Amino acid sequence: MSRISSAFEHKKAFIGFLTAGDPTPSLTIEYILEMERAGADLIEIGIPFSDPTAEGVVIQDANIRALSKGMTPDGVFDIVASVRQVSNIPLVFLTYINPVFHYGYEKFFARCEELGVDGIIIPDMPYEERSELLPIATTHGVEVISLIAPTSRQRIQMIAKESSGFLYVVSSMGVTGVRSEINTDLAAMIDLIKAVTDIPCAIGFGINTTIQAKQMAKLADGVIVGSAIVKIIEKYGNHAHQALFEYVSSMKQAIREQ
Amino acid sequence: MEKGRYGVFGGQYIAETLMNEIIRLEDAYECYKNDKEFQKELEDLLNQYAGRPSLLYYAKNMTKDLGGARIYLKREDLNHTGSHKINNVLGQVLMAKKMGKTRVIAETGAGQHGVATATAAALLGLECEIFMGKEDTIRQALNVYRMELLGAKVHPVTSGTMTLKDAVNETMREWTNRVSDTHYVLGSVMGPHPFPMIVRDFQSIISLEAREQILEYEGKLPSAVLACVGGGSNAMGMFYHFIEDENVKLIGCEAAGKGVDTALHAATIAKGEVGIFHGMKSYFCQDENGQIAPVYSISAGLDYPGIGPEHANLYDSERATYVPVTDDEAVDAFEYLAKTEGIICAIESAHAVSYARKIAGKMRKDENIIICLSGRGDKDVAAIARYKGVKIDE
Repeated sequence: MSRISSAFEHKKAFIGFLTAGDPTPSLTIEYILEMERAGADLIEIGIPFSDPTAEGVVIQDANIRALSKGMTPDGVFDIVASVRQVSNIPLVFLTYINPVFHYGYEKFFARCEELGVDGIIIPDMPYEERSELLPIATTHGVEVISLIAPTSRQRIQMIAKESSGFLYVVSSMGVTGVRSEINTDLAAMIDLIKAVTDIPCAIGFGINTTIQAKQMAKLADGVIVGSAIVKIIEKYGNHAHQALFEYVSSMKQAIREQ
Repeated sequence: MEKGRYGVFGGQYIAETLMNEIIRLEDAYECYKNDKEFQKELEDLLNQYAGRPSLLYYAKNMTKDLGGARIYLKREDLNHTGSHKINNVLGQVLMAKKMGKTRVIAETGAGQHGVATATAAALLGLECEIFMGKEDTIRQALNVYRMELLGAKVHPVTSGTMTLKDAVNETMREWTNRVSDTHYVLGSVMGPHPFPMIVRDFQSIISLEAREQILEYEGKLPSAVLACVGGGSNAMGMFYHFIEDENVKLIGCEAAGKGVDTALHAATIAKGEVGIFHGMKSYFCQDENGQIAPVYSISAGLDYPGIGPEHANLYDSERATYVPVTDDEAVDAFEYLAKTEGIICAIESAHAVSYARKIAGKMRKDENIIICLSGRGDKDVAAIARYKGVKIDE
């Protein structure tokens, strides 16, 4: 079983996101391990990009902070190497296509394989364009995670049939960021997915409260939280350990209770 | 060639949330492109409202002064709203209305595309919101007020470098937020397919007219056509119907800012590398880690780190050449054209005028060249005065 599948085995997964290098590389390592200790089942590591068009203000700002401190793709690989010395938690990159293209697909995914990165999410690479990197990623055992949006409609099953790892179900229109309400008919979307694949579905975009987490976990196999975590890191800077532990613990608890 | 590709360039690198919409847009465009009623309506708007066809003006004084090729100016500056941007905007906004959209959004750099979009939205009765880098709202304050007069809401963009690239980011974010009733009127031959094709088609009227006009006036094709290039819409429009004419040189003039050997330029072809950004594979100014580089030009309309994918392919296939022109050279040409021909052109267009000054004198007198005068320079007068250290009360 792949590490990603194990994150969803016999449980609903809590997936936490943070931006690598915010506030520092060594704290990114500590915060990943802190989230794991609090019960996170999978960690999404954001490789910062200058122009993250799918992100709301919170994660945009984290990207800028990380880049201004000199974070690079190689710097992110170093973070992964350190985490892997002590942890077997599933790790997935989230980044934009240009840094990966510029690094070179072959070199990038070979490095992922070597260090134990299990998957990648690229929001500006839709189904139609993934063929240029999919065979390379697959050769290196890196699962390319597909996204499904509220507007995907007839595309849902086309995407779901060929997905791997897990499916990232985008809860709402727009960009990432905390929302007070999620109005998309996610149950209907997930029914369509489940009709063609048994791959796990995780819902992301906008989720920040335990009530939302509980609701989403009823519908899906996992819950993805990004902006709320990045906000905690922004607020507490070098001293976010405890706040992160408490927040992730409470979210994980809410998911367990659904 | 693969659909939506120009050689290896182009493609549709955008969020899944927008995929159905751009597929729908492509279908709608294919339908209206061949729809006689739509084409007639657009032609009427272009002729009766925007003032087409635009003049092909023989620049006698400039020709005499430079002493070589006969120089013609394709006067897109005389269009309604003062630039070539109206050609594309009327097409897109009319199409959006027919698609049932009630709202249009657009990015703008210099403000010309924003003004054109606000104009078309006012005329055709659609809501309009414009995203403009905060830096540019200061450089082009008059255009902000112009858009507001036309009933548009202008959002100053404070992320990133606060210029055109960031305005595009923010407009894309807004489109993912609200796509069902909203069309994104992309202003250049860039972004995901089908935009580079749609914008090129609507702008290709420039070369369609210019080719007929030059054949009528000179009885032969030009030796070269020149246009400034940011994203590249006026250049693509100026080049398009000359691409098959192999003896016509196609020359794009990029913004070299303070010089291509400084950090302050926007010369994508001279200094950029292949990358994937804003929905397309093309050339981009970027750093060694694939981060999009901050760019600079005196001209807000050329201050963009990428170039349209069809240009990238024209460059790679050596059909077109792209040359850098600095701020100083562009300002010189701006003043030169004003004094020589009595035409105050946009600082963007002045980049093309500048390069024409370099080559025209070395050409034979029986040759002719066409410069696309993409816009008028009223919007730039205050900025040029500041650049020259002249104090004026606006």
